[in-house]
Amino acid sequence: MQLIECPWCGPREEVEFSYGGQAHVPYPDTPGELTDEEWARYVFFRDNTRGRFAERWHHSAGCRRWFNAIRDTATYRFERVYRLDEPRPVTP
Amino acid sequence: MTSPFRTAEGGRIDRATTLEFTFDGQTHTGHPGDTLASALLAAGRHQIATSIALGRPRGVAAAWAEDPGGLVQVEEPFPEPMLLATTVELSDGLVAHGLPGQGRLAEVADSARYDGVHHHVDVLVVGAGPAGLAAALTAARSGARVALVDEQSEAGGSLLGGADRLDDAPAMRWVAAAVAELAAHPEVLHLQRTTAFGSYDDGFVLALERRTDHLGTAAPKQVSRQRVWRLRARSVVVATGAHERPVVFADNDRPGTMLAGAARTFLHRYGVLPGRQAVVFTTNDSAYDAALDLHGAGVRVEAVVDARPAGSPQRREACERAGIPVLPGAVVVGTRGVERVTHALVAPFADGEVGAASPIACDLLLVSGGWNPAVHLFSQARGRLVYDETLGAFLPGEELDGLSVTGAAAGVLDLAGCLVDGQRVARAALSALAVEPAGEDRLPTAPEEVVPAAPLVLWRVPDTSGAEGTTSFVDLQRDATVADIARAVGAGLRSIEHIKRYTTIGTAHDQGKTSGVLTSGITAELLGVPVQDTGTTTFRPPYTPVAFAALAGRDRGRLFDPERVTALHDWHVVAGAVFEDVGQWKRPRYYPRPGEDMAAAVLRECAAARTGVGILDGSTLGKIDVQGPDAAVLLDRLYTNMISSLKVGSVRYGVMCGVDGMVIDDGTVLRLAEDRFLLLTTTGGAAKILDWMEEWAQTEWPDLRVHCTSVTEQWVTFPVVGPRSRDVIGAVFPQVDVSNEAFPFMTWRDTILDGVPVRLARISFSGELAFEVYVNPWYGVAVWERLLEAGRPHGITPYGTETMHVLRAEKGYPIIGQDTDGTVTPHDLGMAWAVSKKKPDFIGKRSFARPANQDPLRKQLVGLLPVDGQTVLPEGSQIVDFLADGRLPPPPVPMLGHVTSSYRSAELARPFALALVKGGRSRIGDTLHVPVDGALVPVEVTGSVLVDPEGARRDG
Repeated sequence: MQLIECPWCGPREEVEFSYGGQAHVPYPDTPGELTDEEWARYVFFRDNTRGRFAERWHHSAGCRRWFNAIRDTATYRFERVYRLDEPRPVTP
Repeated sequence: MTSPFRTAEGGRIDRATTLEFTFDGQTHTGHPGDTLASALLAAGRHQIATSIALGRPRGVAAAWAEDPGGLVQVEEPFPEPMLLATTVELSDGLVAHGLPGQGRLAEVADSARYDGVHHHVDVLVVGAGPAGLAAALTAARSGARVALVDEQSEAGGSLLGGADRLDDAPAMRWVAAAVAELAAHPEVLHLQRTTAFGSYDDGFVLALERRTDHLGTAAPKQVSRQRVWRLRARSVVVATGAHERPVVFADNDRPGTMLAGAARTFLHRYGVLPGRQAVVFTTNDSAYDAALDLHGAGVRVEAVVDARPAGSPQRREACERAGIPVLPGAVVVGTRGVERVTHALVAPFADGEVGAASPIACDLLLVSGGWNPAVHLFSQARGRLVYDETLGAFLPGEELDGLSVTGAAAGVLDLAGCLVDGQRVARAALSALAVEPAGEDRLPTAPEEVVPAAPLVLWRVPDTSGAEGTTSFVDLQRDATVADIARAVGAGLRSIEHIKRYTTIGTAHDQGKTSGVLTSGITAELLGVPVQDTGTTTFRPPYTPVAFAALAGRDRGRLFDPERVTALHDWHVVAGAVFEDVGQWKRPRYYPRPGEDMAAAVLRECAAARTGVGILDGSTLGKIDVQGPDAAVLLDRLYTNMISSLKVGSVRYGVMCGVDGMVIDDGTVLRLAEDRFLLLTTTGGAAKILDWMEEWAQTEWPDLRVHCTSVTEQWVTFPVVGPRSRDVIGAVFPQVDVSNEAFPFMTWRDTILDGVPVRLARISFSGELAFEVYVNPWYGVAVWERLLEAGRPHGITPYGTETMHVLRAEKGYPIIGQDTDGTVTPHDLGMAWAVSKKKPDFIGKRSFARPANQDPLRKQLVGLLPVDGQTVLPEGSQIVDFLADGRLPPPPVPMLGHVTSSYRSAELARPFALALVKGGRSRIGDTLHVPVDGALVPVEVTGSVLVDPEGARRDG
């Protein structure tokens, strides 16, 4: 069982967290102005990256705060975590 | 029975105490410190069982968990199958018998307790042999927090089964001093009889402690039998030793055939001679120790058969001094005997060619093909293994963060080397943790060892018996042979994973501890590829079998999942309620009177609510308090309808959708103040909807000043339902004007009852005049009883969830998750009225305009009335249509939808159902068919509201 670093609580067991899918997929400003395809891309389409992936995580059985993480989907390693108000870190 | 093979002295057994046990119906004796295997060997018994497929006699072939032969079923003190005689510690009154590969689970419940403990350390050392003890001492001396776990009954590892010396004294004296020193460190946890069976991410290791198994019938009941340790270590040191590897030859499975090191362990640790007349077959120097030690204990060693052309020049002299013949350049090609080996067939061996064999009489055949480092925990943690040509084994091939391997597990096979390596690895681990090692950290002095002659890697001896490998056993437990591997390779299999599954090698209780590397080696030979390319099968937890009971620990029965009960629970129990599980809640389903079944009780309860007054414990309803200046803004964005226009004191029904426009929850919203709302969600949806609201508030709209919190358990909720409900509420709360004008539908009022604040709301989930009563749970029973008292003249009837469901279904009110399945929009439910056209956006709005959501053939919620007026359609039933000719379409018959809710209605005096049907609203009035028990039941499609469609009853 992995340890996940909550930006607010520090390292905690992975069972305390829930996964929130790809990060940096903002809710569109004006959904009504999007074409069906543009809207469908927001609702249904997500990247399926092998390697470093920016994801949303929720410390659901802890402080209940959401945060973002860069995680390697091939190794499961969390490379870093960052708060929602921080920009996506530049990764090599 | 006597123990003729017990030595006169020595061994780590308590000879002053005698234990009696029964094996296969025969009574034997042994001593504390014995295992079942050592006690049987002391009695002269080698055969334990017969093999699973071929029925061949099998015996003890190793001294611990790697034994592929000695499988037993324990009957007393508690029935447990598939244990190894070599790992069952002897206890008084033990009853066991041999198992031909398959056991029998206990037919009675296990009365023992099991539990689990979490423990966090700086350094976890697995294995208390020389390397592990050295590592643990170094870590402990630094002041670090240390755990040392070891699977044996006492510390010492390989030293338990040898005659080594340290600091010019028996090595076990150093072990005792080390254990005492560790015990004196307050931050050290030292556990014996504890097997680290799984190694996971970030230093997480699972270990099973056998706390009372060895006490047998004397085990104290209040102590847990086994305990799972969930260890989290900043650094893990794996010092798990090595397993001796056999060499495969024809008829290598006869009882009396044993690993050389195991024989040494039985001698030194248990004071047992595994035979009187031995042949030792080896490819390396380590087996010479067994030959010499057994000789010293009085065993006649007929020959050391060494496959190496020159044997061991270093060790030969000692054998000759002892009068033990050494046969270099020779192998054992086969054996004779049935229930016990009687002869080893020995032949010259050069350049892979075997000469003519001659028999040597023996009752013990010791085998050593080298050592396989126990790399299981390293490999489970995804460490890469590399094949070592010299050892003929796989070694850790990389450094892992936070996990290091030392001693024999890392391929260090000499005592002095293990001590130095253990200390080195511990120091490196401490350094990585920025912990200073102690200044005083002395290692004991091991005597100079003779540099061993290079071992020979020999997987198998060519089969000259004519059996063509069919009696050359690779995995004894699976009866899998060299011929089986050859057949797999012949069938075109190349991957070792496929060969494992084709032959079943390595899938038995021992998980290939002796057979795994042999299979890699033999497969590589047959394929003509390097062993590194063949590799090993994946090492997976658990290292040794773990009982499910231990993994479950205390989390069984009522503790498996939390049970939530309302403040009224005891009242419900006394009232004879039949409960159902709703999520984690225990809810009364109905309250049967004497002689009533569920159907009768529910008809009675429904009639009371529709014609008099009923009362429900609705406390499990999800309640979310939403506060903040932007509370209304958040709710407008999450609900499909407008919430911000709701007046303080009023209530509105609302629907929430996902971004895909599908309904995820519904409920009512009470506006408590300009900046405060109370949301009522479904019982099952409460946690999910709080998560949903927080997700949007945190991730998308952090600028909104709003907070949400669950208050489900802060209020009990009692709907008082029916035409007489106004009389009851008016009587209990005289300060409230309950007239329809003063207290209209979909409003709430606060009041005080004997100093206790109470909230009343005109909300109806039944279509009847109804009041919901909210109060602090401490006063729940008191208020409930006052309501019952006031309702008695009106025949107030408590009802359960079944009646609640019937009443709401009669009104076409859907249960989200029962009448919907995540593909249903508000429009599909006939709730277009709950979807705001004014709001520019809300979650789900844009999806309503998608073509798929505009399809007139979408499934829509409708009512169904079975035409026979009798059949209660099973929920989940399919709905089909006939062709114009009145017959079913040819298969596959198109499915129009399914029944989502189905009940018997007191009000309608007939059964009815709700269903999702393709283009359902356009089919109202049509007759469709529902297959029930092989017959097609005609049903009339109706609107979803079957009782009081005008809504005339809600105001009483």
